[in-house]
Amino acid sequence: MASSSSYNSPCAACKFLRRKCMSGCVFAPYFPPEEPQKFANVHKIFGASNVTKLLNELLPHQREDAVNSLAYEAEARVRDPVYGCVGAISFLQRQVQRLQKELDAANADLIRFACNEIPTALPVPSGVSSIQPMLPRQRPLEFTRRINEGEGLYQPPAYSHPYISPWSDIPSGGFNDGGGEGKNM
Amino acid sequence: MSNSTRCAACKSLRRRCPQDCILAPYFPSNNPQRFLWVHKIFGASNITKMLQQLPVELRGQAADCMVMEAYSRVQNPVYGSVGIIHQLQQEIIEAQKEIIKIQGEIAFYSAQFQHQHLQQSQINAEQQHQDSFFSDFKS
Repeated sequence: MASSSSYNSPCAACKFLRRKCMSGCVFAPYFPPEEPQKFANVHKIFGASNVTKLLNELLPHQREDAVNSLAYEAEARVRDPVYGCVGAISFLQRQVQRLQKELDAANADLIRFACNEIPTALPVPSGVSSIQPMLPRQRPLEFTRRINEGEGLYQPPAYSHPYISPWSDIPSGGFNDGGGEGKNM
Repeated sequence: MSNSTRCAACKSLRRRCPQDCILAPYFPSNNPQRFLWVHKIFGASNITKMLQQLPVELRGQAADCMVMEAYSRVQNPVYGSVGIIHQLQQEIIEAQKEIIKIQGEIAFYSAQFQHQHLQQSQINAEQQHQDSFFSDFKS
């Protein structure tokens, strides 16, 4: 965490806002002057006063993670003004669903082998399953279950405007190699 | 425009709702909570700016996604939607580990099965050889 105000160098936020960076500046610990784009994105999407309000509602030890997640969301929305990071969520959900099917098929194969039945197919490479699962899902993946049942999430009205998501044909990886880690989480 | 036909955004902002209100199609008056979430996180002017920059046919999707992000941030003020992304990534890692483990077990059973099958074939071949020997002997 850089405290740029202590070096008399304004933080990225105060530089952007063209104001004096006072000691105790709420943004200084999280927006170092070496990362101007981070604040620029956050300012564009959320606005400085909204970010200040959000940070003031959190405990000090939570603020760095909050700023980094806001920066991640802001960058996602700058890159994809329609879907933002919801595009990444959609992509990951589809991966989870695909893996759940693969897991179900693998479980079904295993049970056949374990019971000494003649297998209808030998083990297949990852990503390909020729066996339909015989058993109901054994490990419903928690978040996907909640999404599918609409538990606790807003159900948007059905708009009939078609849009090809930039995530829809990504074969692997995804937004910022992510399937990868979120920033500083 | 009368009070009863103002959209949720204009009602919340206590202003007239013009005929061409950009927010009205996406923040109907029957769902005030939707606008309250985005207003808290993004702010009305940011939402308006972001929607204005998009073609009309994409604004619905964009508004829905912004509502989802705002709702996630209200529910989880530290991580917001990024918390959801992280959770999904963890689920993917766990599922992949589980699949690899099960494929290992299947490979074990498959090897066992093939070994048993080979043993049985050898026994059958030997039996056939003996049967043939004795039948030749008898004749």
